[in-house]
Amino acid sequence: MAKQINVALLGNPNTGKTSVFNRLTGLNQKVGNYPGITVEKKQGICKLDRNIKAFILDLPGTYSLNASSIDENLVIELLLNKNDKDFPDVAIVISEIENLKRNLLLFTQIKDLGIPAILVINMSDRMKRKAISLDVELLESILETKIALISCRKNLGFEELKELISNYNQLSLKPCLDASVIAPEYFDRLRKAFPNQDLYKLWLVITQDVNFGKLDRKVLKGVASFQIESISNLKRLQQKETIIRYQFINNVLGKTLKIDTENAKDLRSRFDRVLTHKFWGYVIFFAILLVIFQSIFDWSSYPMNFIDNSFASLSKWFKTTLPPGDFSNLISEGVIPGLAGIAIFIPQIAFLFLFISILEESGYMSRVVFLMDRIMRKFGLSGKSVVPLIAGTACAIPAIMATRNIENWKERLITILVTPFTTCSARLPVYLIIIALVIPEGRVLGVFSLQGLTLLVLYSIGFGAAILAAYILDKFLDIPSKSFFVIEMPNYKLPMLKNVVINVIEKTKAFVVGAGKIILAISIILWVLASYGPGDFNTAEEIVRQQTISQNLTKDEIETKIASFKLEHSYIGIVGKGIEPAVKPLGYDWKIGIALISSFAAREVFVGTLATIYSVGNDDVETIKNKMAAEINPVSGEPLFNLASGVSLLLFYAFAMQCMSTLAIVKRETNSWKWPLWQLFSMSAFAYVVALIAYQILK
Amino acid sequence: MASIVSLKIGQRAIIKDFSVDVVPLKLLEMGCLPGNEVSLVQEAPFKDPLYLIINGSHLAIRKETAAQIEIELIDG
Repeated sequence: MAKQINVALLGNPNTGKTSVFNRLTGLNQKVGNYPGITVEKKQGICKLDRNIKAFILDLPGTYSLNASSIDENLVIELLLNKNDKDFPDVAIVISEIENLKRNLLLFTQIKDLGIPAILVINMSDRMKRKAISLDVELLESILETKIALISCRKNLGFEELKELISNYNQLSLKPCLDASVIAPEYFDRLRKAFPNQDLYKLWLVITQDVNFGKLDRKVLKGVASFQIESISNLKRLQQKETIIRYQFINNVLGKTLKIDTENAKDLRSRFDRVLTHKFWGYVIFFAILLVIFQSIFDWSSYPMNFIDNSFASLSKWFKTTLPPGDFSNLISEGVIPGLAGIAIFIPQIAFLFLFISILEESGYMSRVVFLMDRIMRKFGLSGKSVVPLIAGTACAIPAIMATRNIENWKERLITILVTPFTTCSARLPVYLIIIALVIPEGRVLGVFSLQGLTLLVLYSIGFGAAILAAYILDKFLDIPSKSFFVIEMPNYKLPMLKNVVINVIEKTKAFVVGAGKIILAISIILWVLASYGPGDFNTAEEIVRQQTISQNLTKDEIETKIASFKLEHSYIGIVGKGIEPAVKPLGYDWKIGIALISSFAAREVFVGTLATIYSVGNDDVETIKNKMAAEINPVSGEPLFNLASGVSLLLFYAFAMQCMSTLAIVKRETNSWKWPLWQLFSMSAFAYVVALIAYQILK
Repeated sequence: MASIVSLKIGQRAIIKDFSVDVVPLKLLEMGCLPGNEVSLVQEAPFKDPLYLIINGSHLAIRKETAAQIEIELIDG
């Protein structure tokens, strides 16, 4: 049987740790350029040779073993707990050639813990261009480790790395330096109190307790009797430790690393002079946003029409091919229109994920954090809140997880609470179809499409609502917390095509499959509820014929009357009529009311729900858009989707909290039901009021 | 004594001293230690935050933190 070993991937953020993980395991996962992208434990398997199978764990990026965020804490918890089933047999510390000095800080700490460690130097292909030379052998002998020079981009050095991992038990366990020199007397006392413990491990456990006091630590049993230093003294000692580590590193690199500064060009700073400029930085940022929204609307309209038409033909094909009956109706009137309601939005969602993925991969997102920090602070947020707010345009769930790197709890909580206001991709289907129905085509200044601009306005409204809510929360929440903010500006990288493509495909697939399942279930339920009914439903034909006997209608007109009579008296019609009084003031009929209710499972269900309701009993196989356009408001005789009801619907969807998954994640991240319930009720009530006002003004 | 806030874009300086109680440890770990070099790459409006290169690392910090870090300008 093959031997199994645990391998942990560690390293500073932005060193390409996740790319290394992808290369080693073949599993695919996102590489981000802001800290905190690897929010959950990601594990993969790598067969080193016939005899060894490595379980590779991708840990969150961390600058040191002194945790200051939940993600970093996860790393230290693991490294301090020998009994954890994931405890590594060997640690791979990923560094980057240009930031070697800083990356080595973490390496020396891990080595001092007595864990076998391999140093990986990534982006080694850049050494020549950056005029860097490194004496690898000398560095290996001073650090008493093995070094692998790799390049993820060019796929270099991975065979050597695998071989080093296989031979992990030949690695030296000697520490790099003796941390006890920072306070010899204190460490002496420690040694006496805990004679059998590793001193450096004890030291980390003690200092970790400074930051995460509530954690239970078995190692420290009986520590209560041991006099712990004051927190500020411990901090001073941590600072001292950092200083001696840097002295050691400077000394080591002084002997091994040569950088020819004459030839080293700092392109990053030159780019950043412009991209983070007081004026031009903002102009460029908003221009990028404008391009993104224009293209989401413009470029995707062609594939969107194609998909819509294809589903309509598919429905028709089933209707004519299958033997008539309930099954044929269920497929062509229930399932296919429901699925079409999600499939036509694949192009937009793919474009959106593409752009967000590029912004993150390239390193530009950190510049946006820099540009926005001061403005966001005025609203009780942090510059780092921009990342969740932008990522929220794809989906609130990863966005809320991305708040973990906001250092300040109050800023983080507010960010979590307001992120669901940003226009996520699930709102996009609703927006697009309603905009297409109620906003005229045409261009402003000959360039910007009116419909595209409307979409941009909706995105701005979502963002504005988030900011405003943050401002109010900032005033009312009384959470004392210290402001503190450090962000790295990573090197610009040309996004790796492979990473971007995989990311787009995976995210789109997850969206379609996730939403698809809900939609399939809901559309079947809706179809059943709309196709059957009690009492009058079963005698619909007779009743309608009697009512219309004197009106001299054509056969077709009578058929339509019967169909709509049936729908109104079906089970769903009865439920819909029940809720109609609540949605009527917003300009909706009972069918939209049903769609609103089903949207609380997930927003994107809206279009599919309407498509299913409108298809039942209707033999004409039409595109979703045409079906909606043909709906007439029974009271006014006008089209049901007009400017007033359309705007009202758009605003309702902009503000309402209609996503069960987001509520679940907020519960998990805030550890209480208080905040998700607060979101559900206050956001939805606000949505109702705004939609009401909008309809009453515009009608 | 001058602090990082007084730097002009492109200027370089040596970090002198600061109090551990106000400067987060994370910043120290990223290379912000006495004796290391700091230069200002870019500033956001109202000089907040500041985009610095500290000890070869590109990073941004808020003005209030920067004001706590004393520096000595490098001539030229």
